Amino acid sequence: MKKLLLGDHAVAQGAYEAGVKVAAAYPGTPSTEITEYLSTFNDIYSEWSVNEKVAMEVGIGASMAGGRALVSMKHVGLNVAADPLFTYAYTGVNAGLVIAVADDPGMHSSQNEQDSRFYGLSAHIPMLEPSDSQEAKDFTKFAFELSEKYDTPVFIRLTTRIAHSRSFVEISKRQEIEFDYKQDIAKFVMVPANARKRHVKVEERERRLASDVNSFDINRIENGKNKIGIICAGAVYQYVKEALPDYPVFKLGFVYPLPVEKLREFASNCDDLIVIEELEPYIENALKSNGISVRGKELTGLQGELSSEKIKEIILGYKVISGKEELPARPPVMCAGCTHRGIYYVINKLKLNAAGDIGCYSLGCNEPLNAMHSLICMGAAIANTHGMEKAKGKDFSKKNIAVIGDSTFVHSGITGLINAVYNRSNITILILDNSTTGMTGHQPHPGTGKTIKNEQTHTLDFEALVRACGVNNVSVIDPYDLDMTESVIKEHIVKDGVSVIIARRPCILLDKTAKFDVAEIDNCRKCGMCLKLGCPAIRKNKDGSVAVDSTLCTACMLCEKVCKFASVKKVGDAK
Amino acid sequence: MNINILIVGVGGQGTLLASKILGNYATLINKDCKLSEVHGMSQRGGSVVTYVRISDKVYSPLIDKKNADVILAFEELEALRWADYIKDGGMIIINKQNLYPMPVITGKVDYPADIYERVGGYGAQIRNIDALEIAMKLGDLRTVNVAVLGFCAVLLKFDREKFKEAIKNSVPASTFDINLRAFEEGEKRA
Repeated sequence: MKKLLLGDHAVAQGAYEAGVKVAAAYPGTPSTEITEYLSTFNDIYSEWSVNEKVAMEVGIGASMAGGRALVSMKHVGLNVAADPLFTYAYTGVNAGLVIAVADDPGMHSSQNEQDSRFYGLSAHIPMLEPSDSQEAKDFTKFAFELSEKYDTPVFIRLTTRIAHSRSFVEISKRQEIEFDYKQDIAKFVMVPANARKRHVKVEERERRLASDVNSFDINRIENGKNKIGIICAGAVYQYVKEALPDYPVFKLGFVYPLPVEKLREFASNCDDLIVIEELEPYIENALKSNGISVRGKELTGLQGELSSEKIKEIILGYKVISGKEELPARPPVMCAGCTHRGIYYVINKLKLNAAGDIGCYSLGCNEPLNAMHSLICMGAAIANTHGMEKAKGKDFSKKNIAVIGDSTFVHSGITGLINAVYNRSNITILILDNSTTGMTGHQPHPGTGKTIKNEQTHTLDFEALVRACGVNNVSVIDPYDLDMTESVIKEHIVKDGVSVIIARRPCILLDKTAKFDVAEIDNCRKCGMCLKLGCPAIRKNKDGSVAVDSTLCTACMLCEKVCKFASVKKVGDAK
Repeated sequence: MNINILIVGVGGQGTLLASKILGNYATLINKDCKLSEVHGMSQRGGSVVTYVRISDKVYSPLIDKKNADVILAFEELEALRWADYIKDGGMIIINKQNLYPMPVITGKVDYPADIYERVGGYGAQIRNIDALEIAMKLGDLRTVNVAVLGFCAVLLKFDREKFKEAIKNSVPASTFDINLRAFEEGEKRA
């Protein structure tokens, strides 16, 4: 049976067919759908872990105990998970451990364009890269076999265009595989004396794999009439096949280790060799360091995604038609009725500096709110703010606030909070609790009281947790109540010590069946105050007056609260 | 059937579901198909594009500029933003809806008044549907996408029964009836 599957779903299907017992992840675009899909199978244990390091440790535990495990994350999540992973590469596995990591060339939804292929190299972990959904499934199954055969974790590397494109996949039955758990201190306890011995094993394994990789048929040569050979992998392979149908292609299935001898043979049959790859010159440099002469990044550049169109332009000199339209940009915005909007309105009004974090609320940095002033990585807001206070002093902190979402706080904000209290900080932290992981599509987390399968579980009590960390000044506010929001922030920000304000209201999109009343504006005085909210449901007419788009409005009524002339009212027209 | 369809609109308008339905239709007519979708933050009211490619063999999940046979635009400004993807003699189907982007809301720039004139410059056939009106009449704003598909299915001479089956396979069972009505209303406008 064939199914049209997302690349992410195909990885999950492969893991399912390979008899995976445990799947763990923290949601991160474009990797989220892997674990979401796995959660639909009853014979697999799946979970949203609180962060990628924890997910990796869960997967390692499953693998040590004898159950095949899949851990998934986006590229920046791999940084979080790297610590346990580098050491598990030393111990090796019991049952297979496969790590699916999704890179985001072009940064469709990420803070950087990091190239995960270097993690294969530096952690000594083999890495496979599929070029469509069928390969995503096949390579995942193969990765489990490799993992056990070579006693190593194995990476499946995706990019956004593989993770988030759909193509046909042949579905097969699940195979049940289980290994016995055996205690093995020399293998699994990485105290230095044991780790030194394992490091020797890692190098043995790597030499064996570097030689064997030349005979695996997932690295293949496709002949062509042209004398210029192309080396590529992943999504780029599809662009190359479309743009350059006559060129001989070396299609890599392994991106680490590279099949150097097979590549050398390919090179000897071509007059010229071009590596086409997104992001860093990873394959290019590896080949050059092996004395194989290639061209690459001087042609393709270091930024963004490729496409068949770009490849035609680079290799064939084909002229790309550039968009000639001068049009209003349409950046993403916080939804009409978003619970974060009022918070940023107040931050802006009070002229505070806000150290932000990763989530829907990151959009607070955009016009017209312009009220989030830094964003580094998951969980950084609190420790960044603490660092600012230590550099600039208490008075600076009275104009500075950390802004972090509920899921992000659990992911890696908690440690920053404990650190700030421990180190006698004087900062104010806003936890924007919209009771979900909004940006990645509403996954539950420990604060929601639901598991990935929507089973009831303990609900993390943020107030009690924050107090237990040593914070005495804790308030809970409703972010739709602008007066309360403003007065509580003003009250806390001048206090010494660490203050936490929890702004709590569920994401407006959580209830998909909700029907809303709408706001209506009469006798608009054209003062433009409501436009400062940056609400997509408010529109400015030609004459400068303002109207509400009833198809978008959710009657949060923030516009009513900022209107000085009482021109806004709610109308009961729930749709 | 070999066809490249670009679905463009604003995050939240249901372009993703529309592409899934077209992909499911490809399954039912035994063609190869690739879809490239938009997930994550770019969906939050941003400009979105999903690519649908149906053919005997499809390599790239993306469509090159001037290579789309059809553009389904769920919003007028987005029709113009992506118009340079249309092939000479292709068809641009535009839903008569305006959603103002933030720079327009804040008054920095105007929403263009001459969209149809400019889209006309790309040499494509332009067809119009007011799918929002259909969705409002049906009492569910989320059916705009399927109404546009009904209109498009007639113009592109899709197999009607197979297309309805594709909708059935792609939407939650509880919403099939209303989506079917939206589809039929869309068909009537063609």
